[in-house]
Amino acid sequence: MIKYIEAPYYLDLLDNFLKTNLPEWAALAIEYVLIGLVLLTAYAVIALALIYVERKVTGFFQARLGPNRVGPFGIIQSVADMIKILLKEIIRIDNVDKFLFYLAPFFMIVSSFLTFGALPFGRGLHVVDFDNGIFYLIAVSSLSIIGVLLAGWASNNKYSMIGAMRSGAQFISYELSAAMALMTIVVLTGTMKLSTIVDQQEYVYHWNIFRGHIPAVIAFVIYLIAGHAETNRGPFDLPEAESELTAGYHTEYSGLQFGFYYLAEYLNMFIIAGIATTVFLGGWQPIQVEGWDGFNTAMNFIPSFVWFFGKTGFLVMLSLWVRWTFPRLRIDQLLNLEWKYLLPINMVNLILMVIIVIYGLYIH
Amino acid sequence: MGEQIVFLILGAIIAGCSILAVTTQKIIRAATFLLFVLLATAGIYLLLDYHFLAMVQIAVYAGGIMVLFIFAILLTNQPGVNVKFEKPWRMFLAALAALSGLVICGHIIFYNVTKIFKYAEIDYISMQTIGTAMMGTDQHQYLLPFEAISLLLLACIIGGIMIARKR
Repeated sequence: MIKYIEAPYYLDLLDNFLKTNLPEWAALAIEYVLIGLVLLTAYAVIALALIYVERKVTGFFQARLGPNRVGPFGIIQSVADMIKILLKEIIRIDNVDKFLFYLAPFFMIVSSFLTFGALPFGRGLHVVDFDNGIFYLIAVSSLSIIGVLLAGWASNNKYSMIGAMRSGAQFISYELSAAMALMTIVVLTGTMKLSTIVDQQEYVYHWNIFRGHIPAVIAFVIYLIAGHAETNRGPFDLPEAESELTAGYHTEYSGLQFGFYYLAEYLNMFIIAGIATTVFLGGWQPIQVEGWDGFNTAMNFIPSFVWFFGKTGFLVMLSLWVRWTFPRLRIDQLLNLEWKYLLPINMVNLILMVIIVIYGLYIH
Repeated sequence: MGEQIVFLILGAIIAGCSILAVTTQKIIRAATFLLFVLLATAGIYLLLDYHFLAMVQIAVYAGGIMVLFIFAILLTNQPGVNVKFEKPWRMFLAALAALSGLVICGHIIFYNVTKIFKYAEIDYISMQTIGTAMMGTDQHQYLLPFEAISLLLLACIIGGIMIARKR
């Protein structure tokens, strides 16, 4: 029964159907194109959903209703916004470096899309599974900062330039912490392959956050803070601090180019939450407790991608909560937080994790 | 066949962007074209199934060194001004030097490498192998060079702080 609710069954059906009716290369080509299309669609749809959720939740945090005009509870609001942004004119700006100006948004979107494509969304719903998956995620997500820097410079605008420089400093600093927090968990799991990491976390007490207890919890908190800062949101939104820098590095962008930045920002929030889910919270594994067979079977009937999106949604919710609770930091406080607190804690934490793994003090 | 096509595309990107990187007059555009060359090189490593090197190429060169380059360029005097071309005879000399270098390297590679040419036996190297090779002390393991390089980097960091700190 359970196999009918999971994706691999249907994917195998499709695969067999294509391979019996077409030559191998044609079947593969069709499958690649389909995967690309599905990922692109998922990327856009998740962004739309996140934008709606963000606006609604923000509304509740600020004791107002949020979007409530288009459709019931305003659920079609972000679709309407998408159509508007697709139809908007891209304003040509004089005296910008045209080539770099039009190139920069693609860096953002490509980088976040490459990261998005490597996430394990569910049992068998994993597009690329590199042996060094975590390293891949860190490497590819670092490309987006080039888009920010080029956008800031090519816009020929002081606000953009300052925004881009701030964003650069912030991203490079916090990327270090995020990568080291993930490294702490790699020490525990002994592998960087995302599918193996998820497979290891079968029962609840095998989830890395519980298995590695103290250092894993510290790494989890640090990863959430650093990831939140990497997405330039919440109390860390200095690059686009509206009151000082108008909109920061994307001040001069309009229409779909601005849309790219907007989309990438929301998807990066999702990606950070998705990586945290995969690495710390058991990925798409349902809640399973050893010995409770009836409970486990019942939990298994919820498809694995629902678990993934549920856990990720929980982390996204945390991120929104932080965003609308804390006031914005100053740039020196921001850099102090990273270099004087998070990074030293992280290094000690890494050594603590190594000691725990060597002496086998983690939960077996 | 498919690999051939991808290789040709990557090769064309590398060749084209290399030429553009040295012929463009804006220094920041040159850096961007260089970035494309580095990314396409990472693509070639991926094509060779050498995932680790591809990731290192992206993380270190594209994510680290290029960001540093761009930062450094932004901090220079007048980064947006077009760089002037050299005098014709100097351009000619440079082209001659580059061409002779290409000929010598091509000759050496063609006549020496093709003699012992064979495909590598191991087509895929796992992350664990690379990790133990870098951190182990047995034969074909490289803990000492690894630590020596980390010492060098530490010295660089301390040197940077010494130069940058305010009295």
